[in-house]
Amino acid sequence: MEIGVYSFGDVQRTKDNKLGSTSDATKNLLEAIQYADKVGLDFFGVGEHHTEYFPASSPATIIAAAAATTKRIKLGSAVSVLSTDDPVRVFQQYSTANIISGGRVEYIAGRGSSTESFPLFGYELKDYEALYNEKLELLLQLNSLGKNESFSWDGKFRPTLNNAKIVPQSDEPFKIWLATGGNPQSSINAAVHGLPIAYAIIGGHVSRFKPLTDLYRAAAEQYGPEGFTPEVSFAVPGFVADDAKDAKDTFWKHWHWTMATLGKVRGFAAPSREHYDYESNEDGALFAGDPEEIARRMVEAHTQFGVTRIFLQMDVGQMPQEKFLHAIELLAKVVKPRVAEMLKETKHES
Amino acid sequence: MSPKIGIIGAGKLGTALARMFAGSYENVAIINSRAPDSLKLQLQILLPGVQAMEVHELIKWADIIILATPLRQYQTLPLSEMAGKIVVDAMNYWSPVDGKIAEFEKYADSSSELIAQSIPGARIVKTLNTVAYSELEEHALPKGDEKRRAIALAGDDTDANALVAQLIDAIGFDAVTIGMLKNGTLLQPDTELFNVRVTADEMYAVLDRLQKV
Repeated sequence: MEIGVYSFGDVQRTKDNKLGSTSDATKNLLEAIQYADKVGLDFFGVGEHHTEYFPASSPATIIAAAAATTKRIKLGSAVSVLSTDDPVRVFQQYSTANIISGGRVEYIAGRGSSTESFPLFGYELKDYEALYNEKLELLLQLNSLGKNESFSWDGKFRPTLNNAKIVPQSDEPFKIWLATGGNPQSSINAAVHGLPIAYAIIGGHVSRFKPLTDLYRAAAEQYGPEGFTPEVSFAVPGFVADDAKDAKDTFWKHWHWTMATLGKVRGFAAPSREHYDYESNEDGALFAGDPEEIARRMVEAHTQFGVTRIFLQMDVGQMPQEKFLHAIELLAKVVKPRVAEMLKETKHES
Repeated sequence: MSPKIGIIGAGKLGTALARMFAGSYENVAIINSRAPDSLKLQLQILLPGVQAMEVHELIKWADIIILATPLRQYQTLPLSEMAGKIVVDAMNYWSPVDGKIAEFEKYADSSSELIAQSIPGARIVKTLNTVAYSELEEHALPKGDEKRRAIALAGDDTDANALVAQLIDAIGFDAVTIGMLKNGTLLQPDTELFNVRVTADEMYAVLDRLQKV
């Protein structure tokens, strides 16, 4: 079971309690990835966002920087908005970073639940589904080309390619995941394309996703390519601290800020503490707690859904960098071995 | 007799609603933008007891049609065939999320009234647009539970309102009728009743304060 973190490049508060700079946030993000590698975390994902408080607009660039300055950790977008990007450019960027990293780079393709990139890059939301479908198709084809194979393409949303060379190619293609927030058709699409799937579970209860993982596996069996093995990961908001109450209170403060800010932009009410408690305990989507609780919940997800990777978004709402780094350390040094231990016990019992 | 419920849209909301209605009603059907065959696995695994139909067939068959598609797609539907039907508008014009649509942007009244204009003869009820799909199944409670959450509805046709209120009650929520379709403005994004978790009493208190009903 792999344990990881994902981040949108959370901006910090300055000493005089103002919103910090996007420049500092970017440096902090790279520092966090390097630290995660040092302490032994399995995966770090960077999620494309275009706001003053989540400025990680260019995951490929951060991933390339991290690729050159880390040794073991797997690096990926979490997620990239493929719909508003050029798959040729995406392929080149991730292929380049994959080469630099020695094969540790992954691409998690999202449709964009945050839609700021559509007006930014001149795309229309009415094409939301068509854009994603065409671009995913193109990216998958590019990533499965033979060595130096010429490529031709004719689609609706980018210029035609005639016997083009798309370089560089890494020795092995980089891994591509399909990301979904729970639309049933997405689970089927992933299986049809023979792709591993990343579920973003950002609210409600985790068990709500059981029918979807069942659907993904059934679709894999029925429509998946020959020899395809389904693979499921979960991305959840969460936070780890030495003390359970401290973890829940700390995450509440920062998560609430984020939800309230998002609510103001999108026009919905900020969640209450009661609502947060409901979602951060037992089966809730928010994995906030001490290492023992988080380890137990990860093992439950593994047992219940066959999940092989769980990654947490911990730096939201101006989480102080030192708390973020400490949480990364706890995940790698306490949660990870504890999960391995519990999985071993489960195996012995069964 | 149990009403026939036809859900247009098999995304997150449409699927959740179909599953919940199928728990209380015999006749529930769903469509997506593809052929009915494409829903085979979803019916088998996510929606036992629900049938898939072709769009014209579903509109003809259903007593109550639920629009659970993104707003930007509703105009591609054969709207004129919905005349005489009860049509639940569960969509939102939500520009920060879905982008701006010119005709809704310049229309100051409730988005449901604009939709009603494009479906002449339909009995429109605006509801089920204010609850996150993820919370529908998790927050459903039996009738009489003091924590039971309320869902508001607005519509011009009293009988249609009453029937839709029964549906809401059947899936685990208290229905609160807030008046005519124009009051749908109270249920849109960026209003007090949008995505708020309140009981019926709490909702009446908000409405009293707003002095709208």
